[in-house]
Amino acid sequence: MTADTPLKDHGAERRLFLIRTVVAGILMAVVTGVLVARLAYLQILEHEYYSLRSNDNRTRVQVVPPVRGLIHDRNGVVLADNLPAYRLEIVPEQVENLDAAIDRLAGVVEIRDIDRERFRERMRKKPRFRGIPIRLNLSKEEVARFEVNRRAFPGMEIRAGLTRHYPLGEVGAHLIGYVGGITEDELRGLDEKSYRGTNHIGKTGVEKSYEARLHGEPGSRILEANAMGRPLRELAFEAPKAGRSLYLTVDAQLQKAAYHALGDHAGAVVALDPRTGGVLAMASRPSFDPGLFVDGISQSKYQALLHDPQRPMFNRAIQGQYPPGSTIKPVMALAALETNAIDPQREVWCPGYITLPGSSRRWRDWKRSGHGWVDLPKAIYRSSDVYFYKLAMDMGIDTIHRFGAMFGFGRRTGIDLPRESQGLMPSRAWKNGVRNQPWYPGETLNTVIGQGFMTATPLQLAHMSALIAGHGQGHRPHVLMATESPESGDLEATSTTVEEPLPISDADSWNLVTNAMEQVVHGQRGTAHYYVGTDLPYRMAGKSGTAQVRGLAQNEQAPEYEDMEHAHRDHALFVAFAPAENPRIAVAVIAEHGGGGSSTAGPIAREVIDAYLLNNRVVQNEGTR
Amino acid sequence: MTADDERPVSLTQWLVYWRLDLPLLLGLIACGALGLFVLYSASGQSMDAVVGQLIRLLTGLVALVVVAQVPPDWFRTAAPWAYGAGLVMLALVWLLGDTAMGAQRWLDLGIVRFQPSEVMKIAVPLTVAAYFHDRPLPPGWSGVAAASAILGLPVAMVAIQPDLGTALLIVAGGAFVLFLGGLRWRVIALLMLIAAAAAPLVWFNMHAYQQERVMTFLNPARDPAGAGYHITQSKIAIGSGGLFGKGWLNGSQAHLDFLPESDTDFVFAVFAEETGLLGALALLALYAFLVGRGLAIAARSQDTFQRLVAGSISLTFFIYVFVNIGMVIGLLPVVGIPLPLLSFGGTSLVVLMIAFGILMSIQTHRKLLAT
Repeated sequence: MTADTPLKDHGAERRLFLIRTVVAGILMAVVTGVLVARLAYLQILEHEYYSLRSNDNRTRVQVVPPVRGLIHDRNGVVLADNLPAYRLEIVPEQVENLDAAIDRLAGVVEIRDIDRERFRERMRKKPRFRGIPIRLNLSKEEVARFEVNRRAFPGMEIRAGLTRHYPLGEVGAHLIGYVGGITEDELRGLDEKSYRGTNHIGKTGVEKSYEARLHGEPGSRILEANAMGRPLRELAFEAPKAGRSLYLTVDAQLQKAAYHALGDHAGAVVALDPRTGGVLAMASRPSFDPGLFVDGISQSKYQALLHDPQRPMFNRAIQGQYPPGSTIKPVMALAALETNAIDPQREVWCPGYITLPGSSRRWRDWKRSGHGWVDLPKAIYRSSDVYFYKLAMDMGIDTIHRFGAMFGFGRRTGIDLPRESQGLMPSRAWKNGVRNQPWYPGETLNTVIGQGFMTATPLQLAHMSALIAGHGQGHRPHVLMATESPESGDLEATSTTVEEPLPISDADSWNLVTNAMEQVVHGQRGTAHYYVGTDLPYRMAGKSGTAQVRGLAQNEQAPEYEDMEHAHRDHALFVAFAPAENPRIAVAVIAEHGGGGSSTAGPIAREVIDAYLLNNRVVQNEGTR
Repeated sequence: MTADDERPVSLTQWLVYWRLDLPLLLGLIACGALGLFVLYSASGQSMDAVVGQLIRLLTGLVALVVVAQVPPDWFRTAAPWAYGAGLVMLALVWLLGDTAMGAQRWLDLGIVRFQPSEVMKIAVPLTVAAYFHDRPLPPGWSGVAAASAILGLPVAMVAIQPDLGTALLIVAGGAFVLFLGGLRWRVIALLMLIAAAAAPLVWFNMHAYQQERVMTFLNPARDPAGAGYHITQSKIAIGSGGLFGKGWLNGSQAHLDFLPESDTDFVFAVFAEETGLLGALALLALYAFLVGRGLAIAARSQDTFQRLVAGSISLTFFIYVFVNIGMVIGLLPVVGIPLPLLSFGGTSLVVLMIAFGILMSIQTHRKLLAT
């Protein structure tokens, strides 16, 4: 080692090197300590946090929406069904140029402007990695076309699902209702958790009132997914709880009969089982196709429906408020009997009009020439107005109101359907409160024949008819008969609500009135005999009503029916129950501007009752199953 | 060792014959084997990847054994030539190299593609050490100036490729020679001051993606889905591993592709996710053992060149480990430095093995009379 240059001091260099190595060693130990500390911090102190993050990374929770319960009629006929349907979903974050991609998509499946609009709206509310439907109910051809081209559409997928279908179509649209897309307002009132994954909600009818039972509870699927969000395997699955199926008191065949019996009349038919209050049929015309709403109705169609002067979406059976006309005369007769305002045998002279004391105004009978001598039964089956005017003068509005209210007028029946109207049973208190006016005697006369202020819904009239059929024993009208138990599949019957019996206990009074109502149909001189009762194989009790839409001037001659403007024609009403001796069906019919109650509404009522009692199922199967 | 030698050959004799250092060899094999297991997991259980890496490891071992046969003096002689050749190749890369991932680093020699910058990782410290071999230490101003020149040229050429990570490692290799050579503290302090003053200059000359990485390092929450994604996912992987880890093949972060580059630069995250803190500490201990053994070889080496080279190689190895793990656990900005012996990768692994071959050569060519 002597060859090195003399300037180098090897011993010193080596010592220097060793010192530097020790320094480096210390520095390395320190920075390694920092690494270890950092690792310990991440892996021990923050372990739980990062474990959560790792799991969040790894797993995706997919909501599995429940299958909506079906709706059946009383015999098990399906009224609301779930049919398989295909929808097209887009995961926005997986699509590069969304607008261009949708434009390309439109070349394969039909994309309407409304679809784009709705898609945008939904996209704003949902995270970008979730599938958002752009089209519902693809046709088989569209599904095939898309699948062939699917490589051209990354981030888009066809999903199978179920869509609501209403076999009865417009026939049951108001009663059964329909489901539609959940609006933001509706979402606010909902349990968000149970509606995640659900697109539809009951909007009207049974679909709305029993939404809670029909909907069910969603399940979930926990998936392991990779960084791209692609699910790799299922970690856990919780099955959804299907919605409960419902059985209605409605008879689908009778529903069709009722709907078709109305013909082209705007109006409604309500048929109740007087022994239970169950709705056998509830039809309203004009109607609409409830299927339009399931997939989202276009704005123009919706506006057209909303602004149609005939108001097809309006459920006349429970929302329509009509002057009941003479159909309430049996109730007024019962009131008079119960309050002893009249001797039923006493005959009253009917000259065709009446005047109130101290007034020259003539209150006319519908029959200008009058009915001659009239007793109570005749006053009902001939529908004498003058007889009831005289009764009204004796009873006064307070009694009339009391009995009207007793029979359910002026208040909702409490049927299990949404948006029921309450009608109006006028009284002194009402007029004072609402109009701030005293009650005038003439208004009492109007009220006793179901005109003037008084209005009632067809359901209320059917309920009244059922009450008379039951001699005062009523049941709350309802449409739900039974609910399927989700566990066993057994049916849980809905208990019927028995109403407080009316405080009219004299059987003679009931018999007198119901016999008079039978005479309306079966008596040779009954108002409806010619139209309804000539060949009836069973006994029917009924009462017609012809409600003036436009009042006549004092000396005005009633114009001929055919000459009248349609909107000025009278409403035709008819209430009935049958068989008279053991009533199984109570019906109320209104045909708007239909003219005479007996001539127009009577035959409709008969057609419905025939269909029910005679099992007369010669009903056209118009586009239904 | 001849064929007619009938006595059973002892391990010691075999090692002496092949001029291998047993502790280093065992440490390297342990690291390499560990790497194969991690790679199997990180690559999504690809046997192809494992075999590929095994071939690289064996190639590296062969290179190691070959290099170990070469007497250390030869390295000193060859160092300037290798350095010169490296400069030429860097120039060639600059002129006609392949571009990969936005940087021009590769030289395609027909049979193999390799990065000349890797050659410089060894050539630079060798050349600096050779320069000081017969000059007095600690280095004076002229020494510092000469070393800076030797360093500066290749570093500048690598930095413009741009490959900041490798440039820094080359700087480190040369700087450690100076440091171990006894560069005076006040000169060190001055150089650090100059470096600090130059930092803004470096910053403004950095590429946008490099600036991005530094910014992201300073605040990873800034862009968790973009540039911060690597570090965030890496921290989730490590943190969720906990004390004992999720178990081999059970690291969901890597297997479900949340962790990017899980088999290359971020392989430590996979390792820490699957083996936990205990596994990570064991790996650190293994690395510490290799560094310690290298420094021990340096301390016992017999001339200035060997001492400086062995010391520099050991410390540079440590820097590799520290910078990689520091990056993966979010202590340092993301620079593309692989984890020695564990990351999947070619050239750098072979270069590393050559460096360890030099260490073994220094250890096994000691003249017995000296001590």
